[in-house]
Order: sequence, then structure tokens, then C-alpha cells
Amino acid sequence: MSEQAPIERQEYNITVYTENQIGLLNRIAMIFSRRKMNIESLNTSPSEIEGIHRFNIVIHETEEVVSKIARQIEKQVEVLKVYFNTNEDVIWQEMALYKVPTDIVAEKAKVERLLRENGARVVVIRKDYTVFETTGHREETDNLIKILQPFGLIEFVRSARIAIIKDSDGFNRKLREFERAEPGHDVVENEFLNSREKVFTM
Amino acid sequence: MLTQEKQAPALPETDTQLSGSQALLHGFVVEGVDTIFGYPGGAIMPIYDALYDFECDLKHILVRHEQGGIHAAQGYARSSGKVGVVFATSGPGATNLVTGLADALIDSTPLVCITGQVFAHLLGTDAFQEADVIGITTPVTKWNYQVTDATEIPEVLAKAFHIARSGRPGPVLIDITKNAQLQKFAFQGYTPCDHIRSYRPKPIVRKEYIRQAAELINKAKKPFVLWGQGVMLGSAEQEFKAFLEKTGIPAAWTIMGAGALPTDHPQNVGMLGMHGNYGPNVMTNECDVLIAIGMRFDDRVTGRLDKYAKQAQVIHLDIDPAEIDKNVKTTVPVWGDCKETLPLLTQMVETKQHTEWLAKFREFEQKEIDAVIREELFPTSEEMTMGEVIQQLNELTKGEAIIVTDVGQHQMVACRYAKLNHTRSNITSGGLGTMGFALPAAIGAKFGAPNRTVVAVIGDGGMQMTIQELGTIMQSGIDVKILILNNQFLGMVRQWQELFHERRYSFVDITSPDYVQVAKGYGIPGRSINQRENLVEALQQMLSNPGSFLLEVMVTKENNVFPMVPQGCSVSEIRLK
Repeated sequence: MSEQAPIERQEYNITVYTENQIGLLNRIAMIFSRRKMNIESLNTSPSEIEGIHRFNIVIHETEEVVSKIARQIEKQVEVLKVYFNTNEDVIWQEMALYKVPTDIVAEKAKVERLLRENGARVVVIRKDYTVFETTGHREETDNLIKILQPFGLIEFVRSARIAIIKDSDGFNRKLREFERAEPGHDVVENEFLNSREKVFTM
Repeated sequence: MLTQEKQAPALPETDTQLSGSQALLHGFVVEGVDTIFGYPGGAIMPIYDALYDFECDLKHILVRHEQGGIHAAQGYARSSGKVGVVFATSGPGATNLVTGLADALIDSTPLVCITGQVFAHLLGTDAFQEADVIGITTPVTKWNYQVTDATEIPEVLAKAFHIARSGRPGPVLIDITKNAQLQKFAFQGYTPCDHIRSYRPKPIVRKEYIRQAAELINKAKKPFVLWGQGVMLGSAEQEFKAFLEKTGIPAAWTIMGAGALPTDHPQNVGMLGMHGNYGPNVMTNECDVLIAIGMRFDDRVTGRLDKYAKQAQVIHLDIDPAEIDKNVKTTVPVWGDCKETLPLLTQMVETKQHTEWLAKFREFEQKEIDAVIREELFPTSEEMTMGEVIQQLNELTKGEAIIVTDVGQHQMVACRYAKLNHTRSNITSGGLGTMGFALPAAIGAKFGAPNRTVVAVIGDGGMQMTIQELGTIMQSGIDVKILILNNQFLGMVRQWQELFHERRYSFVDITSPDYVQVAKGYGIPGRSINQRENLVEALQQMLSNPGSFLLEVMVTKENNVFPMVPQGCSVSEIRLK
């Protein structure tokens, strides 16, 4: 994390480890909606630990805002830990599905070549339509829309983003800290302090 | 006539068949609850049925509206330091709690609210008196949970109490479907909760930050302490006083913090914020080290943020990590419960006196006395002022009373001028600014501190918002002194209309009923005065009356509360007139 909080807004990947609790999604979503902030992408999934859920949330904001939001999320009773990272700090993927008329794909060899070049994979072929799948970054999945549009793209859908933090050792060790009544210091993270008078730097 | 003393059921042995409702009430007894504020209804009837057998352990106060119930529970929690408990039924009963929940959340008041809910099999069918209470209350609770199975009740209730009272306290709501209230199960006892793995009530105290904070304080020439309710919530009044007296630093309070240090303590320099004292506001922008203790830099305290204490190094002691850097950038964050962090800090700071610096505050105070306070407390005008009523009240109570205020001009005047000798003596709706808070909160405050005099200071607007709680006073026989400061206006809005909207008095002219007659209807003696010569004697009559008493004081209609930091202005641009 940089010492000076950049002013520019950019994409941040917020990773939230939580208990599996009804209503928690709502509680987390409200933290954003209350501040009139748009969630660009939201995914919930199991994590590496049974019973612990993992949210991946993408927002377009400044580091300062994201850090405040992260603390508000972490404040929720059923939230264990929140991390936030720029795109450079994570490995991320999104999946997209494209439905195209089968006759056009079959007729035009060019389409097949384009699909291959863009790493698309056939999921299903029916007489009337074919469904392709790609996985990648936003630009890649977007690009294929443009390519397929002239060939009668019938339907398109893209998944939420999932992201793995490059620097993370996973959550197992941390969870053991949480299970103790008196946790050690390493449960506190992502706390970047103001550098107003340079009393602290992190 | 022989009255039969009811015996409360003893805590049953393991594997006893209990209903969810019985298990719930046993839990309350183990948690030390003595008073419940509530209102029954269809979906909470099984709990009320069980309550019938718990009458001698759990005193139930029947309120007249669920909002009154939750404000009473807030008053109880604020005066006693314990968790306030509220019962309400499903649908409208539960939705009537929302204002109180929001108020308790923003003012960090520990509450456990129990709402009845329709049978689990009816959830989502738009059943009679069904509302999505979990959905509605999510943004206004620290935690909420819906119980549909009785076996969950002991564990969920234990969690609720732990969450409500630990860390930064707050309101918790449990919504219990009617089938779970009725369902019998093999009770396995009630174990209070002290650890939830995903919940960290207190951040880890970091010694290096305390050392850094102590260094800054020791080097400071013009240090200034701001304290808030956190000092009281942490029961750290003694630790706070010890820290102040060792360092000799002048200290000012937010309205939520009033009373944590006695009003007449030599280092208490007054109130912060929009209608706070002159010195504390101006000096915020002159101090070199600002030490904020258990306060959250509310916009009413800071005024314009980009001109707030820019010259100062900021040390922020708070139990809630989300408050650090939220509004004001911190140089040194001291995470933790100030009950633990203040003694550590006191150990490391040097014994000092800031005589000259403190004297500067007193200079500003003199200016404020000359410009505002003298005329407010000892007016030369014919009509009575709110300030003189509070001043005379101080004389009679000697600062020993609990003052509960509503919201508006009278609130600012009462907070500014009330003499408070003890902690937990100023109960007001600080963050949410809920009109109608004072009357029910005063009822609760008296239940929470039965040996203290409780005076509810209320405006003519707020009084009419929850006036029905006079019925609660009547039925419970509680002794609450009701002091209405009637200026025949929604005074604070009128003041803003005068100052910022060219005196366009849009819908602020409010008429009142004959309060003395209304009180009489509820069996409460009352009196209305409009002459200064009657003031002291009427206040004496109110205070010495053996039970509740309503005193209406007609005050000057168009008085303004000054000093004032106009919205959007810096604290140093505070106006004396």
C-alpha cells in the first residue's frame, strides 16, 4: 500500500470474510447504498475454510473512501475480516456467456477463428444456437461482444468478478486468532494512517 | 386483604421442557434485567403470557406507544449503565421502534429489543400484522436476528446481550416468530456469552501509539481535550479525571459527554459545537495538540471540516476503529477502551499545569458572559428566558438532578447551563435529534436511577410528540418532574428561519393544549406560570411534590440561542449574536 493516498478514483477489490448468516448480504449492501455508492460487481462464495463465506466486491472509488468503507464493513458483527486491493494486487477473472445463431457460426469460418483467437470455448451446440464461454478481464469479455455483434449475438451475460489476493496466505491462520478470546496483533491490517505530520508511516 | 406474593420460577434444570417464551424470560433474569418497557399484541402474546409468572423478577412497564417504550428503555440504559429492554409486537409495534433504534444506534445506547413475529409458516405471505422487521431494522441496529425455532433462543439472547453492551454499545433486535415462542423444547440452561469469533468489541491496545500520544502531549504547549460519551460508556470517569488532573489540560465536552466531569471542575471549560461555548470553539483552532476521547467529531461539533483544527496534531482515543480518520484525520490513533488506555497514557505523561493556556479560556468565557450568558441567566427583559429557568433549577437541585432534554432550543440551553455534579446526569437525543424523546426517556431514567431526581426539560413542540406517555406516568406512579419551556414556537427552526431564511416563519407557530388540564386528566398535578416572581416558588413546588409534577413556564417567544457556529462555517467563526 502506498504511503500517500492517491486522490484518483480507481477500481478496488474488497474481500470480505464472513460467517454464513441470513441478512448479512443486505447489511453489507446497505453500507454502500446508504452512501449512494454503486457496487460494480459483487460475488459471494465459500472460502478456503468450511463455513466461512467470502465476498468479492468491486467499487470505483478513492483509497480514502474505500478504507473507510472497509472499516464500516468490518464493524459488522458477523464480518471477520476485510481487505481491499487495487487490481494490481489481485488475480481476477470474470466469466461471460454468449449465445449466437448456430447457422451463422457454422457458415462463417471467420467467426470460428475469431472465437478461437479470443479464447472462447463452446459450452453447448444446438441446432438453433450455440453458447460460447470466455473467462478473463473485463476488456477481454467486452471485446468479444463487439466481435460477435455483427454475427447476430442473441444473448450475453457476464458474471461477477472473483479475485484472489496475490499477497494473501489465506485465512486459516487468521481464523485461529479470531477463535481466541484475546487475538494477537496480526488481526489488525489495512490500517493506513494519516500521514499529516509524518508521525507514522506505514 | 391478603396479597399473595408471586414466586418467580427458579432457573429450571437441564432437559426441563420449556416454551421458547419461558426460556427467553429465564435468560432475562440471568442477565440481570429488572425492568422491561413494552406493549403487547397478537404476535407477542405467548411471551406476555409467560411474563405473567415472572412479575416479581421482571417489572413490566406498559407504555402508551412503542416509540415511548424504546425511548424509556434508552433513558433507563443511559441513567443506569445497564442494557435497556423493550417488547413490541409484530408489524406496527415493531415499526414504531424504528426511531428509537436509530437514536440508540447513533448515540451508542445498549438495548435488547424483542419483537413478536407472525408464525414462521406465514412469513412472506403478507399475513396480518406482518412486516419485514429484520429488513427494516438492519440499518438501525448493531445486530438483529430472526428466531423461528425455540431451541435457538438461549444462545441468541446471550449473543444479543453481549453485542448490545460490549465494545461500542448499541441496539440489538431479536424478532421471534409466534411458533418459536410457543414451541416446547428441552431447556439446556442459559449461559451468558462473552466471545463471538467474528466480533471484536475492543481493538487491541497498542503500546507504541500510547507512547507516541504521551510524547505529543508532553511536548504540547497548548493541548486541548475534547471528550464525549465514550468516557461514560467505558465507566472511565475516574481514569479521565486522573488523566486531566495530572496533565492540567483544559477539557471541553460534546453534549453526549456532559457530566462525565463535574460542571464546576476547574479544567472543565465548557461545551463544544454549534451552540457550545465561545472559548472551546475558538481554541479548537488554536491548540497545538487536540486530544479527542470517546467522541466522534460530529458535524455539529466540528463545523466546517476543512477549517477544523488544521494547526493541531490530533490524538483520537476511541473503541470503534471505524471512527478513527472518519471525519478528522488523526495523527495518533489510540484504539481501545478508554478505561484501559487512559491509565496507560496517564502513566506516561508528565505532571503539568497549563495555567496561562487555561486562563485564555477563562478570558473567552468572560466575553461570552458579557455578550450572552448574563442576559440569558439573569435577564433584564420583562419576559422569562429559558436560561434563567435552568439557572433557578440549578440553584434548587444544586446540580444533583438528572436532566433529560428533548430537542431544540431548550435542549441547547439546558445542556449549556445545567449544572451536573454526577456522571449519567444529562440524557438527551444527541446524534439523531429526536423530538419527543424527553418525556419517555425521563420515565426510563427514573426507573434506572430511582433514588435520583429526574427533571424532563421539554419544549412545547416535543411535548406534543409523545404526550401520551403521561399515561405511563399515571399508571406506573413514577416520579418524573416535567418542565415545559413554552415559547409558542418551534423555536430552533424559527431561529434558523430568522437568521437564514429572511424571517419567513414557515409553519413554526405551534399552539399548545392547556398542559395543566391535560396533566390533570392523567392525575398529574401541574401549574403554568408566566411571571418571574413565581418562578422559584413554582420550581420548588415541582421538586418537592411527592410524585410527578408538570410545570409549564411561558418564556419569551423569539429568543435565539447564542453563541452559534452557523452551518458551513468554521468553529472559529462562532457568533456571539
